[in-house]
Order: sequence, then C-alpha cells, then structure tokens
Amino acid sequence: MLKITDLVKSYGGGAPVLKNLDLTIEGESVVSIIGSSGAGKSTLLRCINRLVEPTSGSIVLNGTELTSLKGRQLRAARRKIGMVFQGFNLVDRLTVMENVQSGRLGYISTWAAIMRRYPKEDIRRAYELMERVGIAQYANTRADQLSGGERQRVGVVRALMQEPEILLADEPTASLDPKTSEQIMGLLRDLAGELKLPVLINIHNVTEARKYTDRIVGMRFGRIIFDDLPDALDEEAMERIYSGSPHADRGGDLREAS
Amino acid sequence: MTGISEQFGREDWSRHTPKEKARRFGIFAVCALAVFWALGSIEIIWAWVWDSPSQMADLFGRMYPPDTSNLGSILRVLWETVNIATFATALAVIVSLPVAYIAAQNTTPNRGTLWLGRLILVSSRSVNTIIWALLFVAIFGPGIVAGVVAIMFRSIGFIGKLLGEAIEEIDTRPVEALEATGASRFKVIAYAIVPQVMPTFWAVAILRWDINLRESTVLGLVGAGGIGIILQGAIDTFNWPEAATVLLAILALVVLGEIVSAFLRRRIL
Amino acid sequence: MSQHPDTWRKPPFIANALLRWAVYLGALAYFGWVAATMPIDWARVAQGIERAGRIFGGAFPPSFERGGLLIDGFLESLKIAILATVGGVALSIPIAFMAARNVAPLPVFYAGRAIIIIARSFHPVIVAIIFVKAVGFGPFAGVLTLVVYSIGFVAKMLAERIEEIDFGQVEAMRAAGAPYLSTLVYAIFPQIMPRQIGLTIYQLDSNLRASAVVGIVGAGGIGATLANAFGRYDYDFALAITIVIVAVILVSEAISGQIRKRIA
Repeated sequence: MLKITDLVKSYGGGAPVLKNLDLTIEGESVVSIIGSSGAGKSTLLRCINRLVEPTSGSIVLNGTELTSLKGRQLRAARRKIGMVFQGFNLVDRLTVMENVQSGRLGYISTWAAIMRRYPKEDIRRAYELMERVGIAQYANTRADQLSGGERQRVGVVRALMQEPEILLADEPTASLDPKTSEQIMGLLRDLAGELKLPVLINIHNVTEARKYTDRIVGMRFGRIIFDDLPDALDEEAMERIYSGSPHADRGGDLREAS
Repeated sequence: MTGISEQFGREDWSRHTPKEKARRFGIFAVCALAVFWALGSIEIIWAWVWDSPSQMADLFGRMYPPDTSNLGSILRVLWETVNIATFATALAVIVSLPVAYIAAQNTTPNRGTLWLGRLILVSSRSVNTIIWALLFVAIFGPGIVAGVVAIMFRSIGFIGKLLGEAIEEIDTRPVEALEATGASRFKVIAYAIVPQVMPTFWAVAILRWDINLRESTVLGLVGAGGIGIILQGAIDTFNWPEAATVLLAILALVVLGEIVSAFLRRRIL
Repeated sequence: MSQHPDTWRKPPFIANALLRWAVYLGALAYFGWVAATMPIDWARVAQGIERAGRIFGGAFPPSFERGGLLIDGFLESLKIAILATVGGVALSIPIAFMAARNVAPLPVFYAGRAIIIIARSFHPVIVAIIFVKAVGFGPFAGVLTLVVYSIGFVAKMLAERIEEIDFGQVEAMRAAGAPYLSTLVYAIFPQIMPRQIGLTIYQLDSNLRASAVVGIVGAGGIGATLANAFGRYDYDFALAITIVIVAVILVSEAISGQIRKRIA
C-alpha cells in the first residue's frame, strides 16, 4: 500500500508544484493520473522514489516512510519501486540483456555488475520476462537498434526485474505511436494482474486512461481534484481538470470513447 | 520600419540595417588595422623575402635525389618513434581517466577535486610538448624516456579535457533510471556513464595517438629520442639528401598513421 | 520454467575467438616489450632530479625584470600569428575548394588533397627548421611556417564542410540561370561562411600557440626569447616567459571560444 499524506514540493522559493497532496493506493489496482502539462503529475511520481526531493509531507510504502531515507536505505527502498519512463531511458550502447539486468544492480555485487556475471536465477527471470513481453530474441541486440515499442518493453522488463512492490510509469506511451501505445498500456494492465502489482501511470491520453486503468486521478495546479472510477469521469470533470489548457480539446476523445 | 518603407517605396532593399552595417564595417576595420600594424612593424628583412622563392628552390634542389644509404637506421629509429607515441598515448589514457572523472562537473566528488582536475588539465595543455621535453631531458637525460614522459604529460590534458566534456554532455536520463533502480553510485557510473563515453574515449585516444605520432617526430630536436635526432644531424651537417629521405620517411609514417587510425575508428565506432 | 536458459555471455567485441586472443596477447606483448626495453637509468634519474631541483631553484622567483624584452617577443609572436592566419586562410580557401570531392574534378581533387596531406604531416617545428635554413632566422620563417600549418588545418576542415553542403541550393541557383560565380556567392559561401569565420578565429589562437614553439628553433617571436633565456641559463626569466605564455594562451583561448560561441 502506498500512502501519501500532505505532500508539498516547491522548487527553489517559487510557488509549490504540489500543494498538500493526499493519495492512497491499495492492493493491485492500476491507477492513472491525468492532468494538463505542469499540473505536477511527473513531480508527484518522482517524489515517490525520491528522484525529486519532496519539500514536506509523508510517503509511506508498505510501512516504510520514504521521505526520510538516506544513502543505503534509500537505495534499498528504490529497489522496491520500479519506474518506466517516457523516453525509455535505456542505455543505448548496452545490449538488451544488460539493460534488463541493470534493474538488478541494487541486488548484485559490484564485481558481478562490472564483469557481467549475472546470477543464474536473474538470467532465467530476465528471459522469462522478455519472452512474456515479446523481446526475448533481442537479448544480444544493442538497445538503440530497437523500435520505440520494443524499447519501452525493455524499460518495463528492467523495472520488473527489480521485483518491485509498486510500478511507476511516467508518460510511458507519450513517445510512441497510437497502436504501440495501446499495446504497452495493455501490457502494463495485464502484468499488474499477473504479478499482483499496483501500478501508477501518468498519462496524457484520457481515452487510454479510461480503457486500461481501474481508477483515474485528475490533477490540476498541484492538487488532486478528481479521484474515482473511469466511468465517473464525465464531461464536467474533464472540464474541471483541463479547462483553459490546450488539453481542453480532449473532450473530443471523451465523446468518442463514450 | 514599415513607415519608412512606405515613404521611400519598395524598390530599395538592403540586407543589413545601418547599425548592422556600421558594426560589420567596424569589425572589418579592426581586422584590417591589425594586419597593417603587423605588416608595418614586423622586423622582416624584405630583401630576404623577395629572395626566398629562389632560396627555397635551391634548398629543394639540393635535397634531390634523396640519399637512401642510411635507410636501415632511419627505419629503425622510425620504429622507435612509433613506440614512443604509442606507449606514451597508452600511459596518458590510463592516467587521464581519473583526471577526467574529477574534472567533469557532474561526476566530481566535490569543489576541491573539480578545481584540482581543472588545474591538472590546464597546466598539462598549456605547456607544449617541446617545452615538456626540454624539462624531462634535463631530468631523465637525453633519450626516449624523456620523450615518452613529455608526450604523456601533454596528452593527459588533451584526453582528460575531451573526456571530461563527454562526461558532462551525457544523456542524464539513463542515469536517472538507474538511480531509480536503487543502484549504487559506482554501478550507475559503470552502467550508465561508461557506455555513453566509450565511443568518445576510443575516438579521443585514437586521435591523440595520431597527433602524438607527429609530435614524436620532433622530440629528437631537443634530445628526447625518435627520428628528430637524425633529421637534426642531417640538417646540421648540410646533408640535405639524407634530410630529404628522413622527411619522406616522416611523411610516410604520418600518412600510414592516419590510415591506421581511420581503420581503427571505423572498426571500433 | 526450465525451458529458459540461465546463462548469458555478453557478445564479445571481436567475434572470432582466435583473432580476439591474438589481439589481446599481441597488445600485451607489445606494451610489455616496450616497457621492458625502456632504457631508464635510475642513477641518471636521481641526478636529474637534483638537476631539476637546481633548475627550479634558479627559476624561483620568476624574474620579470626584462619585461620589455618579453613584451617585444610577444608582440612579434602576435604579428607572426596575424600575418600567418591571413596568409594561411587566404590560401586555404582555394585549396579547400580543390580538395572538396563534390566541386572539384578528380585530378584537381588529388592535387588539393596532396597539398593538405603534406601540410598536415610535418610538425611545425620541422617546417620551421627548413624555412629557417632557407630564408634565415627571424619572424619571416615563422610566418611561412605557420602559413603551412594553417593550410593543413583550415583547408582540411573547410574542404570537409564544402563536401557536406546542401547541393539543393546550388541546383536552385543553377536552375535560376545564375552564372558560376553568383552560384558560388549565393549558394556555397553562405553555407560555409560561419564555419570559415570560426575556423579563422580558432586558427589565430592556434597560430599564437604554435608561434611560441617554432621560435625555439629560430623562427622569431616569444619562442626565440624563451630559447635564448634557456640557453643563457636565465631560468628565472624563462619561467617568467613560460608563465606569461600560459596566461596568454588561456586568455586567447577564452576570447576565441567566446567569439566562436557568439557566431555559432
């Protein structure tokens, strides 16, 4: 269970990006966070694994308070939080296998990491997961040789290799074409079910959010202003979340979808 | 502006506004003045200048035909020259790795090490190989050891600077991703930074080897080993035919070096 | 789940195992051999360190007493650098066009490349020795040396830039019926101009640096002043000169970097 209480983040001395935000995610649900650019979605996600340092508030994952951790303890906590990125964030010049195994870096010894002597069970698990998402044949291919959808699959497998207790996905489909992005969203949903894993997804595409997630959280100006089942996201809620922003025309998507 | 163009019609067009024109003219004038100052005050005996084409022709005339009677020892020393360049490059590469690491803003442990790294790079780069060689000939005595150390000292700054810049310019997103997996600092470096700077590393090492091949041809002039000693000897004794052979040998060596480095670059990158 | 393999090896860089080991062992043997045959005479080194101590002892504190000589030397270096840059760049432009595969006919191309290769292959110090023998000691030999040096770099880089130009613009000019020179001025020059200016400034900086070295073999400038100071065992003056050389190089590098950044 992830429980965020009274979370505040402000950069420098400026106005806070996240304003006293509360959010609880229980069980193995797939939750999407929608909202226009600058609403604080990405900052929220990065506060959870402390890629961004929260200003104040509390984030508790399965009983561990994350905001006060330092050094070794922080790294141990990060191992339990998988993250998938918009730009895939793969190491282009390494093979797919090395990229996938880099999800295990928090677990294996430095010597094993440098010599690429990965534990047998890690290699087996990597092949299983790669086969599950359909990239097993690329194990020895360099990451920059793959297509966008394949690269994001590598990103997903890397995160899953961590044996995470929660998976964060920051705009995982924003760099992909529509068909591939549907595939990745479906994959995330299915994996969440198979691995009993809560997944938190930042997403621009409201249609995909409604189709693939169990719960939608709407953010605006650093606050959560909508939190309900996808079916409850009506025209009026969309208006509140996106009004006055370039994303207001997403209402069109909504009408299409409903 | 539109007012003016309406007033004067649309037949006049000039690429630059009057202010731009003035600035361009100013820059041009400064350049011209600098050239005239240099030409006017440089201490050149102009008679020598007018005489120089015939002097050059005379010199090259005396070089022909090249004298290859000493070719064996020239080639042997040429091989020594290659060894100086290669060995010094290898040493410099090894030493410059930690220097680059502490001289890059995003990897250096703290401010103190950053400035230490930059100091090493600047002092290494600012002093020319020949001047380094003068110093090391004084310490190690004449011979190739002084040459190797001199080239190494100069190369550290070059390789370290370019490598440090490559480290500063890496894509930080994989670094972020690996930090998010809970990997330690060292493993993040090994997996996210090293693979990204590897191409630059090889490219810079090969480039510097190519440069060092050239530099090592002149070390001999200050007694630090290599082909330069023979060249100096031939010139000092006005043995121009042999000097010509040495020059041709150097040309062949450098061209060969360029071919080899182009080949390596293609293979590795 | 036993159908999944549990071993994995990173594909080696050189696929052929025999060749891979040959390369590794060869490199190891080569460097081992060079290191082993390195004639280090430790007694000589011990003496040398003592001598280095004397040199440094004599060099401290650096003496700026003969500042006039120092400034004269520098101004001469600057003049050499300016003239060599102007001459070198002026000659580089036609040579670069000769050496660009996409604008020059084949025989001309080979001639252009040959000039560049010869200019690049010889270290400026070697070129300087030859010019000093041919035209006598002094700054003129320095200017000639650095003209050659400039051609080696500027013409090469410029030729590469010319080879990269967008030929569509040239075609557009030709399609509009523009004569050869107008095509050059309107379609090719604008494309290479920024690079050309950047290269010129870089080369001025580079020539200033090199002029400090070629002076050592008698081609004028601050290098000659430095060599004289060394020859007379005036180590304190030599150190002063070295310090000033380093300072000037750093300043000129910073200035040229700034200008190039603003242009680009």
